[in-house]
Amino acid sequence: MSRDTALVSAEWAEKNLGAPGVVFVEVDEDTSAYDTGHIAGAVKLDWRTDLQDQVRRDFVNKSQFEALLSDRGIANDDTVILYGGNNNWFAAYAYWYFKLYGHGDVKLLDGGRKKWELDARPLVTDVVERPKTQYVAQEPDTSIRAFRDEVVAAIGTKNLVDVRSPDEFAGRLLAPAHLPQEQAQRAGHIPTAISVPWSKAANEDGTFKSDDELRKIYADAGLDDSKETIAYCRIGERSSHSWFVLQELLGHRNVKNYDGSWTEYGSLVGVPVALGDEPGEA
Amino acid sequence: MTATSAASTAAAGCAAPDQAAPLPASLDLEKETVITGRVLSESGEVVPGAYVRLLDSTGEFTAEVVTSPAGQFRFFAAPGSWTLRALSRQGNGDTAVAAARGINEVTVSVAA
Repeated sequence: MSRDTALVSAEWAEKNLGAPGVVFVEVDEDTSAYDTGHIAGAVKLDWRTDLQDQVRRDFVNKSQFEALLSDRGIANDDTVILYGGNNNWFAAYAYWYFKLYGHGDVKLLDGGRKKWELDARPLVTDVVERPKTQYVAQEPDTSIRAFRDEVVAAIGTKNLVDVRSPDEFAGRLLAPAHLPQEQAQRAGHIPTAISVPWSKAANEDGTFKSDDELRKIYADAGLDDSKETIAYCRIGERSSHSWFVLQELLGHRNVKNYDGSWTEYGSLVGVPVALGDEPGEA
Repeated sequence: MTATSAASTAAAGCAAPDQAAPLPASLDLEKETVITGRVLSESGEVVPGAYVRLLDSTGEFTAEVVTSPAGQFRFFAAPGSWTLRALSRQGNGDTAVAAARGINEVTVSVAA
């Protein structure tokens, strides 16, 4: 994978609005942004109601994903362009999800909603209706998804990349600072994890930094290219952004996203936790 | 905060909440450090739809929200030195803040 196959620019997107076989999809946790204005023709996915099982704490399964995409009028051979707010966190999560279920051609809009708005590109409030499809998903590709036992076993052996803010890593904050801080789980990070905040990979307008800059960020942080990598954050969406950088832009192999992330790990009984700015000992 | 409301907070995702909503009644201002305020343009008008970034004492990104129709933003941080950086179509601007527990009111001015 590379930037050419995984990413499109806002210029490209604006020129390809309405192009046959191209579907724009806005992904957010709070879809009120979509309702006040979205890219022309874009359908919406709600991270919380469409992409999470409503009973178990898990993804939607293969048949639920097929029903969702069929309902939104997305076909197996469509080129899907994902974008959203929060610097594309939830769009990157959806990208990872589309890859997990084997969608052929999926890309992120560089800069997401923020750059589109700051550039004063057009947004519309039209209701978008696409004809229903018969979407067929693949079995989930768990080579890109990490589960908790695997994460505990990775301590001191694989690359663990904590992509939360430095204060969350150190245990000084329990959540991103736009959310209240009182949380159920313990503070801190997984021992031996390196701290590479997701935001280091992005410019302030939400676009990704250049490949050379990205390579330097992870090299300087001590990522060992010869080992497998597991990225995590708090609920798995910021780490999807970093997973996208490592696997889809830089072409690393064997990168997994741990979507249980800190809300799961920080609530586990009996696992080691490190506090402070250093990775800590295995 | 009760165990029930703490659990519901933990289950919430990371999307930016409504910046104009009142502070939740369950919020404990003895514990929370709230940094809140408005973004203003050069002419003193409120700037809705601005992207406000909370940067830590090393300049590293910590959080980002979009201002409400009245130009408001709000963060839940910790006591210490922070920088607010606003990006908007009317221009960008920075304001430093030394935050203490409770509510910290800050205005960020942007200019082209």
